[in-house]
Amino acid sequence: MNALAARRRHPAAIGILLLIGLFLMGAAYAAIAPRPAEAAVSSATQVDEGKQLFLANCASCHGLNAEGRATGAGASVAGPALAGVGAAAVEFQMGTGRMPMRAPAAQAPRDDRIKFTEEQITAIGAYVASLAPGPSVPSEEAVDPARGDAVKGGELFRVNCAMCHNFAGAGGALTRGKYAPALTGVAPKDIYMAMETGPQSMPVFNDTNLTPEAKRDIIAFLTAVNEEPKAGGFTLGSLGPVSEGMFAWIFGLGIMVGCAIWLGNKAA
Amino acid sequence: MNEQDTTRAGDVLPAEEFGAEAVRLDQGHVVGHGGIPEVFQNPGLPPHAPRTTDLSEAAAKRAEKQVAALFALSIVGTIVFVLAYFLVDIRATTYVPGIGVMALQHLLLGIGMAAALLGIGFGAVHWAKTLMPDEEVVEMRHPMRSSDADRAAVVQTLTDGGEAAQINRRPLIKYTLGGALGLFAVPVVLPVLGGLGPMPQKSLSLTFWNGGPSGPGEEPTFTPMRLMRDPENTPIKASDVTIGSVFHVLPEGLLDLEHGVLEEKAKAAVLLMRLDPKDIKVQKEIDWGHQGIVAYSKICTHVGCPVGLYEQGTHHLLCPCHQSTFDVTQDCKVIFGPAKRALPQLKITVDDEGYLVSAQPFREAVGPSFWERG
Amino acid sequence: MMTTANARPADALRADDRPVSTRTPSAGARKIGGVAGWVDDRTGAAKGVGYLMKKVFPDHWSFMLGEIAMYSMIIALISGAFLTLWFVPSMGHTVYDGSYAPLRGVEMSEAYASTLHISFDVRGGLIIRQIHHWAALMFVVAVVVHMFRVFFTGAFRKPRELNWVIGSVLALLAIVEGFSGYSLPDDLLSGTGIRAMQGFVQTAPVIGSYLVYGIFGGPFPGEAIIPRLYSAHILLLPAVIIGLFTAHILLVAIQKHTQYPGPGRTNDNVVGFPVMPVYAAKAGGFFFIVFGVIALIAAVISINPVWGYGPYDPSPVTAGSQPDWYMGFADGALRLLPGWLEFTALGYTLSLNIMPGALILLPLVYVVVGVYPFVERWITGDDREHHLLQRPRNAPVRTAIGMAGITMYSVLMFAAANDIMAIKLHMSINDITYFLRTAFFVAPFIVFWVTKRICLSLQRADRNKVLHQRESGTIIRTPEGAFFERHEGLSEYERWKLVDFEPVAPIQLEQRVDANGVEKPLTGKDRMRARLSRFYFKDAVQPVTPAELAAAHHDGHGHEAIEAGEHAGSVHR
Repeated sequence: MNALAARRRHPAAIGILLLIGLFLMGAAYAAIAPRPAEAAVSSATQVDEGKQLFLANCASCHGLNAEGRATGAGASVAGPALAGVGAAAVEFQMGTGRMPMRAPAAQAPRDDRIKFTEEQITAIGAYVASLAPGPSVPSEEAVDPARGDAVKGGELFRVNCAMCHNFAGAGGALTRGKYAPALTGVAPKDIYMAMETGPQSMPVFNDTNLTPEAKRDIIAFLTAVNEEPKAGGFTLGSLGPVSEGMFAWIFGLGIMVGCAIWLGNKAA
Repeated sequence: MNEQDTTRAGDVLPAEEFGAEAVRLDQGHVVGHGGIPEVFQNPGLPPHAPRTTDLSEAAAKRAEKQVAALFALSIVGTIVFVLAYFLVDIRATTYVPGIGVMALQHLLLGIGMAAALLGIGFGAVHWAKTLMPDEEVVEMRHPMRSSDADRAAVVQTLTDGGEAAQINRRPLIKYTLGGALGLFAVPVVLPVLGGLGPMPQKSLSLTFWNGGPSGPGEEPTFTPMRLMRDPENTPIKASDVTIGSVFHVLPEGLLDLEHGVLEEKAKAAVLLMRLDPKDIKVQKEIDWGHQGIVAYSKICTHVGCPVGLYEQGTHHLLCPCHQSTFDVTQDCKVIFGPAKRALPQLKITVDDEGYLVSAQPFREAVGPSFWERG
Repeated sequence: MMTTANARPADALRADDRPVSTRTPSAGARKIGGVAGWVDDRTGAAKGVGYLMKKVFPDHWSFMLGEIAMYSMIIALISGAFLTLWFVPSMGHTVYDGSYAPLRGVEMSEAYASTLHISFDVRGGLIIRQIHHWAALMFVVAVVVHMFRVFFTGAFRKPRELNWVIGSVLALLAIVEGFSGYSLPDDLLSGTGIRAMQGFVQTAPVIGSYLVYGIFGGPFPGEAIIPRLYSAHILLLPAVIIGLFTAHILLVAIQKHTQYPGPGRTNDNVVGFPVMPVYAAKAGGFFFIVFGVIALIAAVISINPVWGYGPYDPSPVTAGSQPDWYMGFADGALRLLPGWLEFTALGYTLSLNIMPGALILLPLVYVVVGVYPFVERWITGDDREHHLLQRPRNAPVRTAIGMAGITMYSVLMFAAANDIMAIKLHMSINDITYFLRTAFFVAPFIVFWVTKRICLSLQRADRNKVLHQRESGTIIRTPEGAFFERHEGLSEYERWKLVDFEPVAPIQLEQRVDANGVEKPLTGKDRMRARLSRFYFKDAVQPVTPAELAAAHHDGHGHEAIEAGEHAGSVHR
């Protein structure tokens, strides 16, 4: 203990204490935080099971019958009505961790800590699909990049997607804090369902707008772009001239000025 | 500057002031200016401090080896470059930590080249720093201006030349020369200016929706045109456009043109959206649309970027170039950013087969402003 | 001129300098003389070359910033010549069939197809393309930083105003040259840039639409713009840039390089190293270092991946459409200007929401920069030649003006990245825009004030250091029990660096009398000049004088002495 006491004035002490405190807080929160409801009784049908899960986890924002709920402030809604969005929307929103939202925000971010099992999400999807017909979850074949045409997909992507998601799918800004997320590392199925259902700010690209084949072409293009070798080296996030200019100023100039200082200094 | 005492009144304070002030401050310990100079004197170059390479032959030898090693590195770099150029396949790839899979030949050529150059550079500078003389040398400056005699001589030569040429005595020559010199550029400049491009005429105010090609001198007559998907070039049924959808649209026939596809696209690109008619706040917008389906020019009224970013939740259109934001529920009026004018609406209807068609061309010029636009 | 090198004025400053060599030429020297003699017989170049080889350059890292610019420009020229062998400056349509699979079969211009060809099918093509682009970015970065150095050290003062103007024009041309090159590949990003440029030009009052049809050879985009930009990029602009650059360098050689104040350095000498051999090795070596660093960056960092953007088409666009950084300030100005500045009257449209940022700002910045030396000279009335630089702290108001200007420029430049900031910093693009609009007007004043205070504080700290020496941290107890901290003395060389600057005071207005004894009334110009002079110099801190130092030594505390110079500044002329 003496050794500890002697080090209590060490500059790192505050940092370490803070870390320990934060860790304890986190652990305590994890222990007492409300958990998503467990799967409902096995005897119920999938739709009933989904309804139970919906009531427990979604209804506070989307309403008891998924009719949507206003926040009371202007036209803004806590959660939109879900009739007609289909199982694909549920699968996309919950399968990418966007729903349930953790906190009110301009937009629900993607979150890899998914709190529901696949069966639970499928069940909620079945319930939402039972409210009104809507897009369903695509088959494996429909989203198989190997069957798509990347060249055609590239043309479609540039006209329909690049203005929000950037030429390389690196994402882009929308108004007032909203954004088009990056498309790197997104499962082909999720890309397909996003086009089909138009989550959040994204418009809907229904099957008459972009045919299922066109959607698969776009997936093929994105897969090709993601997997192609980086011809010129590190991409700096594929953000265009801004990151290149920053690199030139910070690293390019930094290295050269470093060399100039070495050059101007007298040798020892 | 202390050497050059051509100080002008007004900007340099006579140094006595400081002397006087300081003497007063030290409360009589130093009386008057005594032997104290008004300003500090330049102490001259400090004594030269020898480097380790000056003092020890071993250190000099070490520096020599370092320089030689750097030059050798340069040679190795060049060899790497040449080998990579001939032996590595242009499509070969390699994994680089932090970058991912990248082109191998590109990497090796670049690294080889960098080593070849940096080896020479660092070697030469290290050589200069450690082994070349490092005693500073002094070179004197001289005022930039020529002597008064030289200046006068130049003026004299000029005047004499003018006299000898009799330019002042023969005004006829003076004025005709002036006129000729003033005009001789015309034959050079005129063909350049005249041949740059045609006059715009009405073409900035017309688009393909007016009935066909709309370049300078072309006056298309209006016929209803189907709205076609961009880039698939297929017509759109009203029933295809569900609420929340956005279609990128070009007029029928544009993509079939032999020439001028991009020129027509640059004016005719249209964005098609469907809103719940309850959300639309402007009657004209509803009237010019079809059951909540509305078509607006996609060319920004600021500087002409495509305004493609449609947020289906807020019905805002955002331009990615300068962030002008247009509200589709309010006839695309500007609600943020540097654009002034609303996006022009294209009046649409449906034809007998249920396909969306234009009902009239744009009523105003699309795209960025120009002087005679009105 | 030859005499300067032989006169060995170093004698005056240091006794133990080596004597200048008077040896007879060695056998090797005679041999070179044989080869070079042929040339000298016909040109008489030996005299000039000999003079140049003995020319002295002062050593300081900040003097290398201009060299970074010069070398980057040369690298861009070399790599650019390589690219012209394959680049096809044509907007003719073609169908791509090269080795980049995601674009195979796509319709595009020949310019874009040939850029893809250079990138994927020419061995070493991509490395040279990336070297060219990185060198171009570094060129403009180094030009700007070099200008900062020249500005903040007062190196633009007489006799170098002319070279400052040439440099300003060069900086402007560098930007135009960069933009014309950025536009050549005809990819979606650069095409969007040309589209915006078309929108800018179109807003020029009265002649806008005619200008556009002249520049583009008809309606946008036409097929003329890439060939025209190409001839500007590889012929017209480089010719003008190289011409002005040669004049720039010649003037440096004629006027000799400036130097920082220091022991042994005066306004009448240059202390440094001769070209042969030291500077030849250092400056020559530095060319290879700059080239090597750019090659290394080009090897591992991708720049402008044109294959990703796709061919230009007026209908699509990519998120994050920005120009290269040096055009950022103009693009940022366009993002900040509000839309209500466009006016329509009598059937004519005046777009003041576009023109100031797009057409006026670029030349305006360089006009303001270019005339600054003349303005400062008028205010100070200083007509002497200056070859000793000023430390930025010793010209507080100029330094503060410069920092305020940089702040304005930076606000605009960052505004051009508002969408990238929004996604990377998770902020609202609207809030960022509102914030930067305010910052453009407010931040320069704050920065001006803060910079000036920092400069004055540093000057006072210098005075303090001279008057009371360095605090050693050693506490000494006297036999009487009193404590004091021992102060270590400065050597006269260290002290000289801190006191070698001019005491200055504002101009005072004074009734002038003409030859006949009649009073001349003060003009508004005089009053203005006096006001500006007060603005520049009213709280100038003066260098320590020997008398003050002597006084401080006698008076153990002497805090007043630190401040003394400040108040002394405002008296008499």
